[in-house]
Amino acid sequence: MLTMAGVNRRKFLQTTAASAAGLTLGTASFRAARAATDLTVGVIYVGARDDFGWNQAHAVAVQALKGVPGVKVVEEENVPETDAVAKTMESMINLDGAALILPTSFGYYSPFMIEEAKSHPDVQFRHAAPLWTDKDPKNAGSYFAFLDQAHYIDGVAAGAASVSGKLGFVAAKPIGIVLRNINSFLLGARTVNPKATCQVIFTGEWSLPVREAEATNALVDAGCDLITCHVDGPKVVIQTAESRGVKTCGHNASQAPLAPKGFVTGAEYKWITIYKGFAELLGKGQPLPNITFGGYDKDMVQNTPYGAGATDKARMAADAAIKDLKAGKPIWTTAVKDNKGQVVLPNAPYDNYAPDLNSMTYLIEGVIGSAS
Amino acid sequence: MSHDPLIIVLIAMIGGAIRVSTPFMFVALGECLTEKSGRINLGLEGTLVLGAMLAYATAYQTGSPWLGILAGGAAGVFLGSLHGYLCKLPKVNDIAVGIAMMSFGIGLAFFFGKPYIQPQAPRLPAIPLGGWTGVPQLAEALQINPLFLVGIAAAIVMAWAFANTKWGLIIRTTGDSAAAARAMGVSVDWVRYLATTIGGFLAGVGGSFLSLSYPGSWNEGLSSGQGLMAVALVIFARWSPIRCVMAALLFGAAGALGPSLQSVGITQGYYLFNAAPYILTLLILIASSGSQQAFRAAPGELSITK
Repeated sequence: MLTMAGVNRRKFLQTTAASAAGLTLGTASFRAARAATDLTVGVIYVGARDDFGWNQAHAVAVQALKGVPGVKVVEEENVPETDAVAKTMESMINLDGAALILPTSFGYYSPFMIEEAKSHPDVQFRHAAPLWTDKDPKNAGSYFAFLDQAHYIDGVAAGAASVSGKLGFVAAKPIGIVLRNINSFLLGARTVNPKATCQVIFTGEWSLPVREAEATNALVDAGCDLITCHVDGPKVVIQTAESRGVKTCGHNASQAPLAPKGFVTGAEYKWITIYKGFAELLGKGQPLPNITFGGYDKDMVQNTPYGAGATDKARMAADAAIKDLKAGKPIWTTAVKDNKGQVVLPNAPYDNYAPDLNSMTYLIEGVIGSAS
Repeated sequence: MSHDPLIIVLIAMIGGAIRVSTPFMFVALGECLTEKSGRINLGLEGTLVLGAMLAYATAYQTGSPWLGILAGGAAGVFLGSLHGYLCKLPKVNDIAVGIAMMSFGIGLAFFFGKPYIQPQAPRLPAIPLGGWTGVPQLAEALQINPLFLVGIAAAIVMAWAFANTKWGLIIRTTGDSAAAARAMGVSVDWVRYLATTIGGFLAGVGGSFLSLSYPGSWNEGLSSGQGLMAVALVIFARWSPIRCVMAALLFGAAGALGPSLQSVGITQGYYLFNAAPYILTLLILIASSGSQQAFRAAPGELSITK
């Protein structure tokens, strides 16, 4: 009862503040005109902005967005995927006057962002995962980048930089997007070293530092001489691998400073391309697309500058592969088998954005590990 | 030899026991001391996290991981003495204060820890004890951190002191019967205050192991509940410091099972193997629950046994 009263009072205060702001500014159209010259963007993170991972990839891009004239950014980090995110959005809209909200975590979408989008039709919402469908509110939408293309480049460099050809992958959960990154990584490695294998250890959680360190140690003990990962914050994996004297490829953001000896390259998002595009469209008063996506060809993913672990051969092979991706050349050119011997993707070649690739439930031949 | 899957898993479990057990060991020893005096401090998860953060920050600022350990311990002294003081006040429940201290410690650590997520602090050096084996995996598993040895030594000293010294007797008496302790002329509150403070120190040092040795970095997801598990380990170890060490080793070894089984190709059911420490704990608890010894070992003044 007490909590309910508290929430109601908060809502009341926010609404009062918003209507007060509305009165001062005059009409709604005046508010829109103000937005055209002076845009406030609200960005919400599920974890710390400097986690060397997913959140940092967004935060780095938001940092660059702050340099765009007329754009003001409000940020909040460590917002759980609960009612808390709805309150954060309310406060960004009502108190900070945000005209564009970017909730960057998967679980923010439904019901929280959808509900907010319904009750604030004059505010734009874009969410960082491929979830929007045309049944959802028109002022909402999705944006995402295909990091598997950058993991493919990681693989090309890794295949050349690894001596043993045994690569290790610390992964969080066996879901489609993770499996696709693992498969693309090995596919890239095999373009350079057809005998390369990739051993996967799933930790079962997105962030579990001790088990990530244990998994890294287990992979090195099993003979892997290059480790990469798909977990929320790759810091522990990269540091542990570096201290064991093996090479590393990064994930999500730049981990190059963590591994001065063994870092090869890393798969990074380039959200700034999308964010700047949004800011420019809103600045011109034009509508935002509901769905924005891309990979290398649209400058939405990138690879970390090569580290000391990247051999000349690795750099040359990866540079050539990046050039191909930018030209839109497909990755999945022939039919492949999964690691149980079943033929998957029979209709190759596939376009890099083909829907068939979105729903991988298997690990390809050469990956040691189980997808279930 | 080193390619036999069974050997690989065994080596990984030995390595895991040595690498992962230290924070469990320190927190469990600290809690063991506090509970022996008749009080429960559930806040050691917060102490662990704050200790980890402060140790990392200090090691980064001063360049010395050893000063970092001291800072981690100091964080534990701060939270432990606060708990000890609050519980001295009339009608204060130690379990409730402990839960508050847990949130307080974690909150402080997250608040002040922000600027230290990015920088890299110097790590504690390890003592390579496995060079003679000629097996790289075994050599790696036997990279022993000095804190691990300190933890074992502390357990032995504690066990000896409980049994053989006047201080040990005072703590045990306070824990078993406050009235008897008062009759001896001992200030019960003061003994418990000290036991909680020193227990906090140990837990803070355990936290410094997390951030300075293994996994060896500071971020907000670092502990994942290890402080809470360690408090439970004390009951599991029936308030014996030596058994606390053994329980911590067992927990560490079982925790290495999930990843190492996957590394030798047993890839099915890793969620189950990852739960091995908890399943093992449950099994041992069930197996030992029939014995009257478990109840006899519990300090009589604990609010859970009273």
